[in-house]
Amino acid sequence: MEKNVIYGINGPVITVKGPTEFKMMEMVHVGKENLVGEIIGINDEYTTVQVYEETTGLKPGDPITGTGNPMNVLLGPGIIDNIFDGIERPLKAIEEESGAFISRGSQVNSLDDQKIWNVTMKVKVGDKLKGGEIYATLPETAIIEHRLMVPPAISGEITEVKPDGGYKLFDTVAKIKDELGVEHDLTLCQKWPIRYSRPIEERLPTTVPLITGQRVMDTMFPIAKGGAAAIPGGFGTGKTMNQHQLAKWCDADIIVYVGCGERGNEMSQVLDEFSELIDPKSNRPMTDRTVLIANTSNMPVAAREASIYTGITLAEYYRDMGYDVAIMADSTSRWAEALREISGRLEEMPAEEGFPAYLPSRLAEFYERAGRVKTLSHDNGSVTIIGAVSPQGSDFSEPVTQNTKRFTRVFWALDKALAYARHYPAINWMDSYSEYFNDLDPWFNEHLGPKFVEYRNRISALLQEESSLMEIVKLIGSDVLPDDQKLVIETAKAIRVGFLQQNAFHAEDTYVPLEKQMKMMGVILHLYDRAREVIAKEIPISTILKLGLFDKLGKMKYDIPNNKLEMFDDYDKEIDKKIDEIL
Amino acid sequence: MLIDYVGVKEINGSLIVIDGVKGVSNEEIVDIRLEDGTVKQGRVVQIEGERIVVQVFEGTRNISLVNAKTRLTGHPMEQALSPEIIGRVLDGAGRPIDGLGEIFPEKRANINGTPINPVSRIYPTNYINTGISTIDTLMTLIRGQKLPIFSGSGMKHNDLAVQIVRQARISGATEDNFCVVFAAMGVQKDVAEYFRKSFEESGVLSHVVMLLNLSNDPIIERTLTPRCALTIAEYLAFDLDMHVLVIMTDMTSYAEALREFSSSKGEIPGRKGYPGYLYSDLASLYERAGMIKGHDGSVTQIPILTMPNDDITHPIPDLTGYITEGQITLDRALQGQGYYPPVSVLPSLSRLMKDGIGEGFTRADHQPLANQLFASYAKVIDARSLASVIGEEELSPIDKKYMEFGKQFEERFVNQGFNENRDITESLDLGWELLSTLPRSELDRVDDELLDKYYRG
Repeated sequence: MEKNVIYGINGPVITVKGPTEFKMMEMVHVGKENLVGEIIGINDEYTTVQVYEETTGLKPGDPITGTGNPMNVLLGPGIIDNIFDGIERPLKAIEEESGAFISRGSQVNSLDDQKIWNVTMKVKVGDKLKGGEIYATLPETAIIEHRLMVPPAISGEITEVKPDGGYKLFDTVAKIKDELGVEHDLTLCQKWPIRYSRPIEERLPTTVPLITGQRVMDTMFPIAKGGAAAIPGGFGTGKTMNQHQLAKWCDADIIVYVGCGERGNEMSQVLDEFSELIDPKSNRPMTDRTVLIANTSNMPVAAREASIYTGITLAEYYRDMGYDVAIMADSTSRWAEALREISGRLEEMPAEEGFPAYLPSRLAEFYERAGRVKTLSHDNGSVTIIGAVSPQGSDFSEPVTQNTKRFTRVFWALDKALAYARHYPAINWMDSYSEYFNDLDPWFNEHLGPKFVEYRNRISALLQEESSLMEIVKLIGSDVLPDDQKLVIETAKAIRVGFLQQNAFHAEDTYVPLEKQMKMMGVILHLYDRAREVIAKEIPISTILKLGLFDKLGKMKYDIPNNKLEMFDDYDKEIDKKIDEIL
Repeated sequence: MLIDYVGVKEINGSLIVIDGVKGVSNEEIVDIRLEDGTVKQGRVVQIEGERIVVQVFEGTRNISLVNAKTRLTGHPMEQALSPEIIGRVLDGAGRPIDGLGEIFPEKRANINGTPINPVSRIYPTNYINTGISTIDTLMTLIRGQKLPIFSGSGMKHNDLAVQIVRQARISGATEDNFCVVFAAMGVQKDVAEYFRKSFEESGVLSHVVMLLNLSNDPIIERTLTPRCALTIAEYLAFDLDMHVLVIMTDMTSYAEALREFSSSKGEIPGRKGYPGYLYSDLASLYERAGMIKGHDGSVTQIPILTMPNDDITHPIPDLTGYITEGQITLDRALQGQGYYPPVSVLPSLSRLMKDGIGEGFTRADHQPLANQLFASYAKVIDARSLASVIGEEELSPIDKKYMEFGKQFEERFVNQGFNENRDITESLDLGWELLSTLPRSELDRVDDELLDKYYRG
């Protein structure tokens, strides 16, 4: 084969002159330092390579060698509790190799190939296995059992099985002979190209909610396991904070957190916090179920583009084992900007605001990889995608937000005005929506009774009414409103302060179980109903306000511990007693 | 291999195209010697076979197709570093202009730096006491943070920056290991002089490295200034274990220089003509703040930018806000009323604040107090907009209380003297004193225990 050499260099984009044998999307090594790159364009004159590392110092004439494979990741034990860059290079190992600053051309293995895993075989010689079926398991962390699956493309008969015991990553533990009689080694790992979704048996309806413990999300705008949500918001509105809260508290088995073009200090915060934080369900550090992918904003832009795909591929791999996986992508706008930057270097014709015309299709491809599925190993698993969007100038009409809206079914719109007033989570209840109500309401009815959905509908009706009343109040003040409308405003205030607002730094309030959420709604509505009786008797609203009941409800989130829900009955009794006294 | 390439193929803005160049590497620095003996420096920005595009830092004035001889230097742009650099004045490309001679380099470093491995970072938690009530209480500056000042032309951002430098007390920093790197990009001579004089008066000048690219200096050189400054800062912080405060002004001029360079290169523009990679480019500067495991030093950045037309959604403040860990926003209306520093409280924020305050750092009531001040002040704004419609007389009694609170808050809490250094306890107590003018039932962000202790209504 003729040797391929660099011809032109423009930022992270490199051209090779003349016809080459490279395949589209093939992974290549560039230059003497073996920088990682990918083929992104081929014609009879030039082949175009996108390089995932800084190109300073590269020279025309430096070699480019192909690997023959598309950009892929190594899948196997050791992924959990690890932190990778955008192309699955472990940052801890890079630190050991090159110190605090990331040098180029690091040749470290994605996963630790020296660690010994305690493997239990699940098959015997003569078993017939299809692609995706499980042949062995091993404990990856204290709570996650790693299930080794036959690569999806292979199926056949097991011809050799090693005994249970300790093995390293690349050790062969079994052999399988396919229909053509070719024998394949089964090790503890496999490879998968990041831009292709992993095959499944079938898609299942999304009928189970992802419970986050965040009241405004669970109650007002719920997301299903296997669903896709967008969190758009300008800077300072709390996108990252919300993503962190979800990563900490949502009831997925495994969290993949992709820091895509975001702050380095934020990633070190995640690292610190998650290793100290104990998961209440398993009593283990959060890191035991978390994978981090950190491609901070100053790391090479092309790897930022890849980081989203790397993240979703890891998520799919664990989904295939039968786990519920949630992936947080913070932020997809940075990924879209990486697309724009590379598109610009390729001199492609830009569409809206300089973004390439294929932006919507790339976003669709990504969000479509969410879903609740029956896996090839005949188990149920799901991938839930929660993507933060950072709209330019906080303007939701910009292309990334608009296109994301088309492919996600939950929209948690963050609002600057709420954030300024330090109302967190700053999810605007008028602009946000969830399209999963119909899918999820049967689940809520079954697990919490029909009251839950009823309460939610009444709460959102009250908020809706308040919002139109506020239009009037803004013009003429609240004094002129009749008492029944004043009551709506007072109740809505209790809902906003007591229910929608949630304190992520308060030990009790940071996570609230669904039962408590329901009871909180119940007690607010109870007070509202009783107060209406008072107003109907033409007793002025000031008499009710003097009772201090609304203020008390505003603080119940702190006053009632999550494990003392019977206290709500006392609240109901107190309301009844005080209101009865007036009547 | 010292070959001079004679002549250029094309000149376009700050870019020149040279043909037939062999052995060039990407981002390499070249010397361009003109017939009259002047030497300009340039950087290779694009290579296509033997044809290279060079960005000339000093501008292409006087270059013709035939009068220039170009020589490759064999290395990318580097900054000379040595402990003696402290106290020196450099030009925008990091070369001394104070007449004290060359810097004898102990080390040379590529000015583009390399990204800090997120694993190696220390999450910043030590607060910096600036002695300014609004900043200390509501948007606390943390060591290793990047906290920009969003300002506008004619506002007192320079005074504020000077006051921060003068009053800043970093825990762990002493006379010997504290220093300031000051990078001026496209600012006027008298502004630079104002900073120099202020540093001198407050006695920190011997701890300051100044890089000056003034408004009449070559524009392309401006794209190097913050990189040189941060390379120096990283050297001081991580090689010499010092606590470095980097002040960069004005980031708007920097971004405009970048736009000029981008358009002369014929790149596809993004929003408002700024290049599509403005975010990545700004990030490559701001992300160089922080602390690293195994080193005692730190780099804290206070970039200053003037928002064109006071518009916070303009690409420069917008993208900056997405990268930095909060912002201090200044407000023209407050300044108009004669308040200094005119810090607009509501849109200001410090993201790292929550882990650097409270018990053990400042005081246990700090966070709840800050939340309550923000929430109450937000209600002041609502009351004011209502008052502007129906008149102050018609407001409900509680709204009137908020109006009064707002006035007091701006007059006594936001407003403070240029030479006034308020202790954190003093600021917090003042916050409680102001909140005490509101009815206790309005304070819904603080629990009863704190109210019992601090509420004096």
